[in-house]
Amino acid sequence: MLSFENVTIQQDDFSLVANWQAGPGQRIAVIGPSGAGKSTLLNALAGFIPLASGHIRWEGQPLDELTPGRRPLSILFQDQNLFPHLTVAQNLGLGLDPSLRRVDSAAVDRALERVGLGGLGNRRPAALSGGQQSRAALARALLRARPMLLLDEPFAALGPALKAEMLALVEELAGPALVLMVTHDPEDAQRFSSHTILVADGVAAPPASTEALFANPPPALARYLGT
Amino acid sequence: MARRAGALIAAGLAALTLGPVAVVLAQAGRGGVGTADLAALRFTVTQAALSALASTACAVPLARALARRRFAGRRLMITALGAPFLLPVIVAVLGLLAVFGRAGLVNGGLRLLGLAPVSIFGLGGVVLAHIFLNMPLATRMLLQGWQAIPAERLRLAASLDFRPTDFWRHIEAPMLRDVLPGVLLAVFAICLTSFAVVLIVGGGPAATTVELAIYQAIRFEFDLPRAATLALMQVGTCGLAVALASFFTTPGGFGAGLDRQADLPAPGGWRQLIDFGAIGLAATFLALPIGAVVLRGVPGLASLPAGVWPGLLTSLLVALCTAPLAVSAALVLALARAHGARWLEPVAMLPMAGSQLVLGTGLFLLVFPFVAPPDMAVPVTILVTAVMALPFAYRILLPEARVLVADYGTLAESLGLCGWAALRLLILPRLRRPLGFALGLTAALAVGDLGVVALFAAEHGATLPLVISRLMAAYRMEAAAAASLLLVIAAFGVFWICDRWGRAGAEL
Repeated sequence: MLSFENVTIQQDDFSLVANWQAGPGQRIAVIGPSGAGKSTLLNALAGFIPLASGHIRWEGQPLDELTPGRRPLSILFQDQNLFPHLTVAQNLGLGLDPSLRRVDSAAVDRALERVGLGGLGNRRPAALSGGQQSRAALARALLRARPMLLLDEPFAALGPALKAEMLALVEELAGPALVLMVTHDPEDAQRFSSHTILVADGVAAPPASTEALFANPPPALARYLGT
Repeated sequence: MARRAGALIAAGLAALTLGPVAVVLAQAGRGGVGTADLAALRFTVTQAALSALASTACAVPLARALARRRFAGRRLMITALGAPFLLPVIVAVLGLLAVFGRAGLVNGGLRLLGLAPVSIFGLGGVVLAHIFLNMPLATRMLLQGWQAIPAERLRLAASLDFRPTDFWRHIEAPMLRDVLPGVLLAVFAICLTSFAVVLIVGGGPAATTVELAIYQAIRFEFDLPRAATLALMQVGTCGLAVALASFFTTPGGFGAGLDRQADLPAPGGWRQLIDFGAIGLAATFLALPIGAVVLRGVPGLASLPAGVWPGLLTSLLVALCTAPLAVSAALVLALARAHGARWLEPVAMLPMAGSQLVLGTGLFLLVFPFVAPPDMAVPVTILVTAVMALPFAYRILLPEARVLVADYGTLAESLGLCGWAALRLLILPRLRRPLGFALGLTAALAVGDLGVVALFAAEHGATLPLVISRLMAAYRMEAAAAASLLLVIAAFGVFWICDRWGRAGAEL
């Protein structure tokens, strides 16, 4: 169980509050106008932005003191998820051991196989297409096997068909993990997630049923959707 | 228009740098290459290599500490690391003598402990002075490497739980592999042509560089063919080093990164101790010699020897002529380059492949049959200093000139704005800030420079650095320190005035 307890995030004159819970295995979209703080919410959860007040807990344990790498989550950024000077296999290996000394290469190969990149482990990221790079980053998250997966629009640069393919892959690989996905595309939310968090006007609202939310959008969402 | 003016300046610059070399070429080799010449070449390369390695080795921990620690005075220290570039070399050497010399602080301490004194003269002293002068430059270059690590990379490292050793292995070491060769070669090339340092703490058969050997061949032996042969050796070595350096400075494959604000990880414990130890040591090493010059110099300011004031006037005159000459030529070249004349790039860098004494030797051979060299001391010094300072001014102006041409080039063209009107209405106002900085830098270099003037000047026509070196040779250290203080004030003063002119009205 992930819980935001009276959380306030403060950056200069921007502030965002959140107070809600989400269960394991859920698929949650984070939607809202640009600049409203969708990425900020994820970055706070991942540990890149300190909280001004409140606590974030996972299974009752506060996360506040943990560095980003120690938190029970993996995060995929919009871009630059891979080191360009390391091979794809090495990039995956970092998920098992950052020193690359005790890496189970069979596990790396299996992960590559599962995301459809079998045999490409020796390539550099630059030799992969955009979709393949996203797959590699997902494969590393798979290896890390953390109970939460945060997606900060990692597929935004892909075309519609490829994006749908990646979302299906996430659904398949994430299994029991809680997935939080930032998107600016309402279709992504409707296709992928049972629940949606609306971030607008300085508030990250509790996860609500995606279907119900879009059937009867609150004013902020209606404004964003232009309906 | 801009391209035609650029071609003209480039032709002039090529004539000024290649002309003396051609003269040297015609004179060289008559006496053959002697064993002393080869020894000088060997020492030159050895000291430059050791200086480059030592300066860089000291710079790596310092740059890393400055990159990842935040403390009061950090900005000040990074700014101060730019100062040795303006500091006249002779003053730095005088300061190092006060700390490491026979009667200096270090040997005083060793004597108290009953240990044998160390000598600053010879290879060790030359390398020590070169570390003092170049470690700050190397540190700033490396610091840029650390700061250029994209924030995305830092974020990714944090999300994967990199420990300090992982961070070193996957991020810092690859960055250094890209940046270090350029830094090493830059320092190596600078040290190859070092003259003032070797003149004072080097010398003798075991510690003479090619540059110093040229000076001795002309001043003491009046063996012009030998000077020409040595000059040719110097051109070959420097040309090779500069060519290598240009080959290596390609910035590394670290990918583009939107510059989001993120700090480098700053691990605690013994790593923090090492970082602040490096910062403390470097600050002491750099500040002590300067402090020593100030302490020794202040009492003597009231009773400066007679030659100091004419020397100061000559130095200021040299600076006053050199800076506008070098900067205007560099501006024309930079604008022409920004308009697309790619071939100008190597021409503008041509002076880097020569040296003051090589150009000086060529000019000496040219004028010697017609006039007495001392009469030409000031004009030759102005010309050679301007040529040698030009690449620095060009490097400062080029990026800004590129922006100017990209932003307003087509607008100016559509309005028919060109020639002097463009200079007055567009170029001077928009480029005022870098122009002021470049003027200040070249003026300070010219004030503090001790190079070709030593070849030409007699009693009259001596610049202040030359006067100081003569005072030191006569062991009048108090007077030398006082005159040095004056020189430092003059060098930083002209820099400050020009830079301030550039900043005023630059808020447009």
